[in-house]
Amino acid sequence: MNGNGVGIVGYGVYIPRFRINAEEITKIWGEEADRIKDGLGIHEKSVPDIDEDAATIAVEAARNAVKHSGINAAEIGAIYVGSESHPYAVKPTATVVAEAIQATPKLTAADMEFACKAGTAGLQCVLGMCAAGMIKYGMAIGSDTSQGRPGDALEYSAGAGGAAYIVGKEKSEMIAEIKHTCSFTTDTPDFWRRPGADFPSHGGRFTGEPAYFKHVISASKMLMEETGIGPNELDYVVFHQPNGKFPLQAAKMLGIPKEKVVRGLVTPMIGNTYSAASMIGLAAVLDVAKPGDRIMLTSFGSGAGSDSFLIIATDKLEEKRNRVKTVESFVNDKEYIEYGKYVKYRRKLKSL
Amino acid sequence: MTGTGLALTWRRIPERYNLIGSRCENCGEAFFPVRTICPNCRRRGRIKREAFSGNGKIYSYTFVTSPPTGFELEAPYIMAVIELEEGAKVTAQLVDTDYEKVKIGAPVKMVFRKIQEEGKEGLIHYGFKFKVVD
Amino acid sequence: MVMRRVAIVGVGMTEFGEHWEMGFRELVAQAGLRAIEDAKLAGVKIDALYGGTMAAGRLIGQEHITALIADYMGLNPIPATRVEAACASGGVALRQGYMAVASGMHDIVVVGGAEKMTDVPVSDAAVALGGAGDQEWELFMGATFPALYALMARRHMYEYGTKEEELAQVAVKNHYNASKNKYAQFKSPVSLETVMGSKVIADPLKLFDCSPISDGAAAVVLAPMEMARQFTDTPVEIIASAQASDTLALSSRKSLTELRATKVAAKKAFELAHITPGDVDVCEVHDCFTIAEIMAIEDIGFFPKGKGGKATMDGETALNSTISINTSGGLKGCGHPVGATGVKQAVEITWQLRGEAGDRQVKNAEIGMTHNVGGSGATCVVHIMRRAD
Repeated sequence: MNGNGVGIVGYGVYIPRFRINAEEITKIWGEEADRIKDGLGIHEKSVPDIDEDAATIAVEAARNAVKHSGINAAEIGAIYVGSESHPYAVKPTATVVAEAIQATPKLTAADMEFACKAGTAGLQCVLGMCAAGMIKYGMAIGSDTSQGRPGDALEYSAGAGGAAYIVGKEKSEMIAEIKHTCSFTTDTPDFWRRPGADFPSHGGRFTGEPAYFKHVISASKMLMEETGIGPNELDYVVFHQPNGKFPLQAAKMLGIPKEKVVRGLVTPMIGNTYSAASMIGLAAVLDVAKPGDRIMLTSFGSGAGSDSFLIIATDKLEEKRNRVKTVESFVNDKEYIEYGKYVKYRRKLKSL
Repeated sequence: MTGTGLALTWRRIPERYNLIGSRCENCGEAFFPVRTICPNCRRRGRIKREAFSGNGKIYSYTFVTSPPTGFELEAPYIMAVIELEEGAKVTAQLVDTDYEKVKIGAPVKMVFRKIQEEGKEGLIHYGFKFKVVD
Repeated sequence: MVMRRVAIVGVGMTEFGEHWEMGFRELVAQAGLRAIEDAKLAGVKIDALYGGTMAAGRLIGQEHITALIADYMGLNPIPATRVEAACASGGVALRQGYMAVASGMHDIVVVGGAEKMTDVPVSDAAVALGGAGDQEWELFMGATFPALYALMARRHMYEYGTKEEELAQVAVKNHYNASKNKYAQFKSPVSLETVMGSKVIADPLKLFDCSPISDGAAAVVLAPMEMARQFTDTPVEIIASAQASDTLALSSRKSLTELRATKVAAKKAFELAHITPGDVDVCEVHDCFTIAEIMAIEDIGFFPKGKGGKATMDGETALNSTISINTSGGLKGCGHPVGATGVKQAVEITWQLRGEAGDRQVKNAEIGMTHNVGGSGATCVVHIMRRAD
C-alpha cells in the first residue's frame, strides 16, 4: 500500500520512571537472575506509578508529540489509541486524549485492540485518512500498562510505556515520509486474554516460530519486495520486541546486520511495552537518524499480524529535534523499586 | 467518596485536564479555578477563560500519611500549593519527585494522572498533578 | 438606629468527648437545660432559638436540625433558625442571636451549638469535615483538612522560622488547661515529647497537633441588658460582634500565613468595643490545629506577625501570663464538636468573667474575647465580652 505522500509531522513518547530489575523478581521466585537476563535479553522493566494507566501514558506521549510537531492540536482530525490495557472495557481512551490535548470536538476517535500491534494498526488508519484527504492531521498512539502473571516469564518483561505519532500530508512539516506499508494477518492463537481475566495466557514456545517469526518475517519480506529496498539499502530496522532476543533472531533470518537493529531495541532497558514497543523503538531511531535514512518498522500483534512500514527521514527531522524529551532521556530517568512496591503499584494484591 | 457526582465531575474536565483558568481583562489578574465574577472588579470585570501553561513553583507542601477515603492506595503522597507562572495558585499532588527535591520555590510542571476512581466499576477521574523539573 | 445592649444571662454545656449513650437530641437537651437553669428563666418565655451545627446531614442524616431542637426542647412554636458556617457555625449562630436581641426583634434568645460526630466511621467524619474546604478543588485532589493547615504551617515555618516545637507547645499548654476543665475531652496534661513523638498526620502536623473528633453541645441565653438582672447577678455583656469572609480555597488566598478574615473581624470588633488587643484578659481562639492558634494570636493582634510561635514557647499565652489563651483547653484539649465550639467559647468566657472558672481562673478577668473560624479561614467571627458592672 502506497504511502501517498503522507508522513510523520511529529512524535513523542512517555516511559514511567519506576523500574524493577530482574534480580528483584528472581529473589521472590527463586530463579537465577543472570539466566533470566541472558535468556530474555531484558535487565529491567518500567513500572507505572499507582496513578498512571494506559490513558495517562497516552496523554503524556500525545502532548509530547503535539509539542514536537509544532501543529495546532485542534487541527487533528482523527485519534486512534491502541492498547491491550485500556482503563475501560467500554469508554474510549481516545476521547480522554482528545480532551487532554484540546483537539475536541471536531474529530473522529476510537480505540483499537490487536495485542502489541494496536498502535501501528491505528497508524495505518490515519495514514489512509490523510492520504485520502479526509483529515489534515491524524494521531496514532500505542500505550500499555500490561500485566505479567506473578511467577511467569512475562513478569520479567511486561513493561509500561506509550508512543504517539502525528501524520500529515504537508511536505514542509514532515520529519519522515511513510513511503509504503503492508500487513500480514492470520488467525493464530499465540497469546490472548478473555474478558475479566487478570492476566493473559500464552502458548509458550508456540509464540515463536508460528507466531512472531512467521508474521514479522513475512511482512518484512513483503515490504522489501514491494518497495524493492533490500537489507543493504536500509539504515535502521525496528521490529516488535517482546524480549531482547527475538528482534536479533529475526534480523539474522532476514539477512539484516545486527548493528541496524540495535538502536531501535529498547526492551532490554524498559521491558516489552506492548502496543508501544515497536513505536518507541522507531522513536529511538528517529531521535538520532539523519535526513535520507531509510527505516523499516515491522510490528507484531498476537492473534496474529504484522504491519510493516518503509519510512524515510527528511531534513526537517533535525530541525524539530530536542523539542521534547528523547527516548534515551526517558530510559535514563529512572528510580528502582522493590517487589513489594511493585506489587502495590500494579495492584496484584487480591484485596486491591 | 462523596462529591463525585457524574455531571459535577464531568463539568470540570477542561479545567482538570488542561488547567483552564480565567483571567480578568479589566484588572489582568489570573484565577484558578474558573470564576464567573472577578473579585476585584465585580461587574466592571471581563472574565475570559485561559489555558494556563502548567509551569509554576512550589509555594507550600505537606506529606499526607492519613489519606481520606478513596486515596488509601496512594498514601503517603505529597500535597502542594503550586504558584503558577500566571500568578494564580492551585492545590495538587506532587508526583515522580524525590522528597529531597521538594522545597518551597522549586520549579514544577504539570503532568496528567489519575486523581481518583470510584471503585472497580465506577468512573476514573483524571486531571493535573505536578512534578519537580530539574 | 438604636441598638440595645445585649447580655449573656445563662450558659451551659455537655462534656465534650465520645458520647455513645447520647444522640444529637440528648446532647442538645442537656446543654440547653443547663443554660436555661443557669439563667433561672423560671417561666419566662424564650422568644427565639438559633442553632449552629455543621454537618448534621452527613453525620446523622438529619437536616432541618433546629426544628428538631425546638421540638425536643419543648419550645414550639418559637422561630428556630439553623446557622451553618463549617466550624464557625456556633459563633455565627451567636452573632445571629446577638443581632436579634440588639435590634429589638426578640428579647430572650437561646443560642445553641452542637455536633454528633461519632455515629459514623472516622473516615466518613473526615469526608464530612472536608466539606469545610473547597470540595471540588481541595478535597477532590486529596487534600484533607490537616493537609490544608499543614500547608499553612509549612509556609509559616518558611516565612517566619516558626519551629515544630513551638507548634507542639500550643498542644502542651492547651492540654494543661483542659486538665483543669471538667467538661474537657482530654483530662491529662501531655509533655512536649509526647506531642513531638506522635504519629505524623500531614507533615509537619502530628496527631497531637490536631483537634479530635468529638460529640458535644453548648448553649447560652441572651437577654437585653436592661432585663439581665432579672436573671443573674453576674451578667456578661457582649460589647462587640464582628464577622468576615475570605476565599474558600486556601490556594485562592494571597497569603497562607495569615487569615484575612480574622484580621478584618478582629479589627472591627476592637473598633466597636473601643478597646485594643492589650485590653483583653482572656481569649478563646480557634485552635483546630496548633498552627491555627499561632496564626490567630498574631492576626488578632496580641503578638506581631511571625512571633506567635516564640510567644507561645515563652509562655506568654499560658494561664495568667501576658494573655490567657484557650483556658478551656481550646479545641485541642477540650474537644471540637464542630458546631458547638463557637458557643462553648462564649460559655468559657462567661465563666471566666464571672469568676466561676475554678482552677483555670484568670485573675481579675474583665474583658474576654472569642475567635471562631470556619474551614481554613473562609469565615471568622469574633465577639468581645465584658463583665457588666
